Amino acid sequence: MNTKKKYIQLSLFLSIIIFIQLLTYFTGCEYHLTQLTMSAYYCLLIIGLCLLMGYAGQISIGHAGFFAIGGYISAFLTTYDLSQYKDKTILILFSKIGAALFRQDLYGGKVLNFHPWAAALIAIILTIIIAILIGSPVLKLKGHYLAMATLGFGIIVYRIVLGTEKFGAADGISDIPPFPLLFGIEVNGKPVMRVWNYYISWSIVFITMTFLINLINSRVGRALYAIHGAEDASRAMGVDTREYKLKTFVLSAVLASVGGIFLTHYNGGIGPSEASVIKSVKYVAIVAIGGMANLWGSLVMGLILNFLSLRGYFGTYDDAVFGAILIIIMLFAPEGLLKVKLFDFIKYVSFRSKKSV
Amino acid sequence: MNTQLFFQYFVAGVTYGAIYAIVAIGFNIIYNTTGIINFAQGEFVMLGAMTAVTLNNFIPLPVAIILAVIITIIIGALIEILFIRWLVSPSVLRMIIITIGLSIVIREVALHIWGDGIYALPYFTGTALKTLSVGGVFISPQILWVLGICSITVIILNLYFKYTLMGRKMRACASNRSAARLCGINAKNMVTLSFMLSAGIGAIAGCIVSPITYVQYDSGTPLAIKGFTVAIFGGLGNSMAAVVAGLILGILESFSIWLMPTAFKDVISISILLFILFVKPSGIFGNKEALNLKEF
Repeated sequence: MNTKKKYIQLSLFLSIIIFIQLLTYFTGCEYHLTQLTMSAYYCLLIIGLCLLMGYAGQISIGHAGFFAIGGYISAFLTTYDLSQYKDKTILILFSKIGAALFRQDLYGGKVLNFHPWAAALIAIILTIIIAILIGSPVLKLKGHYLAMATLGFGIIVYRIVLGTEKFGAADGISDIPPFPLLFGIEVNGKPVMRVWNYYISWSIVFITMTFLINLINSRVGRALYAIHGAEDASRAMGVDTREYKLKTFVLSAVLASVGGIFLTHYNGGIGPSEASVIKSVKYVAIVAIGGMANLWGSLVMGLILNFLSLRGYFGTYDDAVFGAILIIIMLFAPEGLLKVKLFDFIKYVSFRSKKSV
Repeated sequence: MNTQLFFQYFVAGVTYGAIYAIVAIGFNIIYNTTGIINFAQGEFVMLGAMTAVTLNNFIPLPVAIILAVIITIIIGALIEILFIRWLVSPSVLRMIIITIGLSIVIREVALHIWGDGIYALPYFTGTALKTLSVGGVFISPQILWVLGICSITVIILNLYFKYTLMGRKMRACASNRSAARLCGINAKNMVTLSFMLSAGIGAIAGCIVSPITYVQYDSGTPLAIKGFTVAIFGGLGNSMAAVVAGLILGILESFSIWLMPTAFKDVISISILLFILFVKPSGIFGNKEALNLKEF
């Protein structure tokens, strides 16, 4: 891909984002921005997963696990009351550098919590550690074994958050403070901040997208293509396949985790359903519809499908819709919805029928 | 712990282990003929049990179970014919995603048919309160049914694969598909047959276990994971090893309740799955040669 095309795509993306905001403003349905913001954070996970699945060719049915790890850890650290430990040296040190701060809880009491930035940092570091621990053995596997192992990881995370009292068990964690950014702007769900938050979320996606597009058009991207195409051959050519796969896995885990952190602060709460297997499968479905090795396709599908799903257009058939989409796409258009080559399909069908005659 | 309690846990472990083994055999049958893992295997178990529960409202229990198994077999055949038969050399990733999609759709259809209620078949003999006491260990008659039917199923399957023409054809497909086709075996029909067989076995497992564990629209997935763990544990494709592995996992899980809260029961078995995958993906009974031939 040449540089010009890249800039055209990125600026097109930017103008679509602005266009959508203006559209909601002029049609008077600004409340749609809430779901669009949430979609952005899911999209962060999805483009990460797209890199892993489409470019490196490694399936992961446990990415909701990383999303939940990010969300839960930052939720836990920003709500868990540290007052009882406030005389400990380490905590005094934390308070001094601003990593821990007092705030008022719902009932007006004073509680000592981690600062959202510190919590987010810890969550990301933990995600990296977990991703390396899980990734280094898991990525040696292929095919079904990889799918099952990542699925297993997802279920373990789900079971742990569901079974742990400190994580609120089935209720999850709520009353999570906003995430402060510069100049008093913060990530929260307040209606006054709606437009701000919309732009914050999509700028994060935009920055990530720019980074990923540059990444796949670099040496790393070509190495990933090679791994996807033929792992043994690329190893013979001197590509350190293990390292590349692991780094991609960690990167996509971090993106998922960041999405989880911001969404948790935006919603002000997180529940165990964020870690459920069906969520992971949905993400895989969206990447598949987007066309696997197609970042823009995944992003567009992530935006559309997440928005429709969050607005509740699929009603009680939400999970069924995603399941059906998965089957249909994989049966008829394994290259993704944006790349259905109708002409090729007709040619293929006529060729088939001729052969059978 | 006293001996009595030990045996009580042991019996529970063996019961669950037998079910896991049956589900694992279902995985293995399809894996052997197609080289794919059917992620919707757990849904066959759920469908069998749910259909039997519904049918049991109108007809006596044995007939309901047989009918339910037949219906599930038909569903299995339909799934294969509609979604898998006509694909030309699909990639593993594609097959994984299709079967995962199928499992979700089946589950959601079940949710819309039966709702999210919890169902159970009645005990085959006696009631939930009636137990046999063997040396101070209480055994529900249903447990005997489970163990009995599981062993009979395994024996019949073994005989089928060894001595009948169909069974031998399926084995031929499993060991070398192109060679089997050169010998005039219709490999595609064998794949359909393997889906029918494993759907039927899944349905049997669902029926016999539902009086003890109850069944819900989403109870298939956990069973599928356990079944897969067992299949890997014993070595993928090896049905007899799956029985041993199933019993081991069942017993391990049953005793794990001592160490951890019940909420983490699944965590134990999945951790075992991950551990085996990391350490010895060929399974405890798998050998190195087979490992090289398979795609991990």
